[in-house]
Amino acid sequence: MPDQVTGAQSLVRSLESAGVETVFGIPGGAILPLYDPLMDSTRIRHILVRHEQGAGHAATGYAQATGRVGVCMATSGPGATNLVTPIADAYMDSVPIVAVTGQVPSAAIGTDAFQEADIRGITMPITKHNFLVTNPADIPRTLAEAFHIASTGRPGPVLVDVAKDALQALTTFDWPTTIDLPGYRPVTKPHGKQIREAARLIVESSRPVLYVGGGVLKARAWAELRTLAELTGIPVVTTLMARGAFPDSHPQHLGMPGMHGTVAAVTALQKSDLLISLGARFDDRVTGKLSSFAPDAKIIHADIDPAEISKNRTADVPIVGDAREVIADLVLAITTEHEAGHRGDYEGWWAQVDRWRTVYPLGYDQPADGSLAPQYVIERLGKIAGPEALYVAGVGQHQMWAAQFIGYENPGTWLNSGGLGTMGYAVPAAMGAKAGRPDATVWAIDGDGCFQMTNQELATCAINDIPIKVAIINNGTLGMVRQWQTLFYNERYSNTDLGGAGRGAAAAGARVEHIPDFVKLAEAYGCIGMRCEKAEDVDSTIERAMEIDDRPVVVDFTVHQDAMVWPMVAAGTSNDEIQVARDMAPQWDTEGGETR
Amino acid sequence: MSRHTLSVLVENKPGVLARIAGLFSRRGFNIDSLAVGPTEHDDVSRMTIVVNVEELPLEQVTKQLNKLVEVLKIVELDPASSVQRELILVKVAADRASRSHVLETVQLFRAKVVDVAPDAVTIEATGNADKLDALLRVLEPYGVRELVQSGMVAVSRGPRSMTDRSARSSTVTPIAR
Repeated sequence: MPDQVTGAQSLVRSLESAGVETVFGIPGGAILPLYDPLMDSTRIRHILVRHEQGAGHAATGYAQATGRVGVCMATSGPGATNLVTPIADAYMDSVPIVAVTGQVPSAAIGTDAFQEADIRGITMPITKHNFLVTNPADIPRTLAEAFHIASTGRPGPVLVDVAKDALQALTTFDWPTTIDLPGYRPVTKPHGKQIREAARLIVESSRPVLYVGGGVLKARAWAELRTLAELTGIPVVTTLMARGAFPDSHPQHLGMPGMHGTVAAVTALQKSDLLISLGARFDDRVTGKLSSFAPDAKIIHADIDPAEISKNRTADVPIVGDAREVIADLVLAITTEHEAGHRGDYEGWWAQVDRWRTVYPLGYDQPADGSLAPQYVIERLGKIAGPEALYVAGVGQHQMWAAQFIGYENPGTWLNSGGLGTMGYAVPAAMGAKAGRPDATVWAIDGDGCFQMTNQELATCAINDIPIKVAIINNGTLGMVRQWQTLFYNERYSNTDLGGAGRGAAAAGARVEHIPDFVKLAEAYGCIGMRCEKAEDVDSTIERAMEIDDRPVVVDFTVHQDAMVWPMVAAGTSNDEIQVARDMAPQWDTEGGETR
Repeated sequence: MSRHTLSVLVENKPGVLARIAGLFSRRGFNIDSLAVGPTEHDDVSRMTIVVNVEELPLEQVTKQLNKLVEVLKIVELDPASSVQRELILVKVAADRASRSHVLETVQLFRAKVVDVAPDAVTIEATGNADKLDALLRVLEPYGVRELVQSGMVAVSRGPRSMTDRSARSSTVTPIAR
């Protein structure tokens, strides 16, 4: 005979049964019944955040750093709607999170009650699935289904909205042992015929590229990927979501493709005769103008989500399956081809690729006025904190530089908001990552614009002993937007100057040099604040920050305002029009049919 | 563009219609016709959705539909191998002078008069879209006062049933821990 419990107790026990150890959230009227028994749980640590958006991104950071399901919690109405951005973010980047929201009592639903919002309706387009629970008996099964859906197949966010009266009513707790979802059957095992066809194309191709996306990390397939790469000798590119899936130091790694990818990675995709896409989705930021993307390439497209295959680019060999199983099967099938004497000859291809790599390495200029280059700060940070640290970026120029100038050697060490491009992601996501991996050094690399969107979570970090480190790449402007204004809007800087590094404030006649003063702000939040303005101080500042592990550290790196992210493929143009610097296209030599 | 008829079996749960309608609109598809109703299984509903769309986008929207947890099965019904029906109720002006002509039209189209008033009749007709269009064209000159039309429902010809297989899962998944 199962115990008599309240719906709220049943929900807490459901979370415990699902293996939840950490929850990020804020209580409020409709979810108060849940917070009462939560206080007694010895297995769940609830971290009280300062804004629900912080809870959502923290759950995402936790999930990306640990590979487990992240959990966030909020009350009805505004609490729930504040979760919308992080839920949309997790949906775009396929991150497994479960959001539990309180809802007004079931009798009040639909009456425009106080703090009522139809969060299930609102989040339908941005969740993998969502539920509204009004019957307390449904709580354990619903939570079991939510965790199952979030973490299997193509992972994603699941929202469970629970009416207040369902939390208050008496019910029984009975954790299900099986899941019965007749309409949900993700295919993980790839089709043997497609695998053999892919293997045949691979050994017959002469200019192949392994186009690796975030799905390889989700499937924990990095070891299999390395085996495949080394077995075939094919060049590898890792997308923004896949940085760390393949070591940057590996000689076969060409870096990141896309709008701000390396010349070698972008050009290798363009000139390829066979793209082997693994857990990637031909995003517009990778393909550039779709009709001119990799025009000579056949496409092997492996993804666990059948809807991604041939969505943007028609696949010649579609493979539905889990990346780990797909790659493992490919290794076997290619080995069979090799044993039969069929082996790809990519020597000429490598000669071309290596030339692009040698002639057009990533690089940047030091500002002529002696001010700090943002790229240099990020590069040094990566060197000093090393490949074991976790790097969590916001969105914009600093994000691209962090993707370019830090060497990623390990999976799960690079976290960012790729699909949605959510400014404000870094600080709360770093908090979630650090909560999930307390032994790791976690650096948030944030812009001054992004940082001001969610920095309130520094209070959460300081109070809850989550000592993250934050490097603010402070150029006093919305840098990426400014870069576009420089390039495409005649240097008319409409509403991008934040004045944060003194410049704009001085122009506006303000008396304070830094608005806000990030050092003082850090101190106000119980963190250590530092400022660094000169190249010669960068190493010592980072080293000092690395030594502090009893509280969060915020470093305001005041950097040059006009630095730009290069290379760049302008939005909507062809990858063939990549520029290595302003108005500077690579010089393609024409020998050996290099330019197609 | 071409018309396609999708039969979609869904779990009979609240919100499922909103999920499906929302998916069509946010992926940029217009629904020409939609009919929802129960099936011979209590926990399963069936939607018949008619969309005007090219082959490739249709494949994409079908895949997206399949991803919805509450969608059990999708079948495209070819007009040649299925029975497709819509129902209309049309109120037509008909006084003593015109009534007999209107009634003649009703008989020709094997429709039915379901209500009579001194200056109007209400006609019920079922059929495929072409037949109903033809009927309306003939009735138009008399004066159509009110027209209401159902979404299309459709079923495949032959003995096989869409709900036979895989409508209900026989397998359940153990919780992975």
